[in-house]
Amino acid sequence: MNILRRNVLKGAGAAGAVSVAVAAGLMKPTAAFAGWNKAGFESKDLGGAIGAIGGGSAAASGDISVKAPDIAENGAVVPVEITSHIAGTDSIAIIGEKNAMPLIAVFNLSNGAQGFISTRIKMGSTSNVIALVKAGGKAYKAHKEVKVTIGGCGG
Amino acid sequence: MAEPMKIRASMKGDTADVKCLMNHPMETGLRKDAKSGGLVPAHHITNVTATVNGKTVLDAEWGGGVSKNPYLAFKVKGANKGDKVMIKWADNKGDHNSAEASIG
Repeated sequence: MNILRRNVLKGAGAAGAVSVAVAAGLMKPTAAFAGWNKAGFESKDLGGAIGAIGGGSAAASGDISVKAPDIAENGAVVPVEITSHIAGTDSIAIIGEKNAMPLIAVFNLSNGAQGFISTRIKMGSTSNVIALVKAGGKAYKAHKEVKVTIGGCGG
Repeated sequence: MAEPMKIRASMKGDTADVKCLMNHPMETGLRKDAKSGGLVPAHHITNVTATVNGKTVLDAEWGGGVSKNPYLAFKVKGANKGDKVMIKWADNKGDHNSAEASIG
């Protein structure tokens, strides 16, 4: 299990380093899925991922809380809870700042769904978990740093 | 995929608390196979939708960054005890699954 994880992390790091050199044409072809933001999810840099979901001009907001552990022993399973107190929250996106593919998930809320999402995500290395919230046509963001310990007893 | 999916929904005041566990490998496509050294192809959930009494409350798009055997919780205001919660997912290989539960 440990060896497996090391490979994952090594792979993720290498992918991050060469991301600038990787042309769009080299990205793995994945079957097109209706209603799936391919450009955002396959983007290997943070700016591209945030731009693809329309969060380029997101303003930092104190009304969003990102709950995640300070230290995650196992980067493969990091519990994250996002609460948006912004009225009329339409969607919540979760982004792993230094992940090989930063965009993790986008949740569109409707018909009474509250500005709350709790899930578990993967993180390649110590970085911020960014929550990007859209409400009333505007984008807001907040983040929390999670330290990912590699190896240790988490494997 | 015939693997079962678990949903638990309960009312807290006027808000339904819905929790869900799915079974899925969630391969990012970046992980190397320990034996062959080749990359394990991407195999992850791409879309998740949740409805309460047929009305969509949550429509999510996922990448490979969601942990294996995903856990998801959300809250729905205005739902009532006995309402039916249905959660469906589909993955990048065309697999899909769904489960239904009553709000207790």
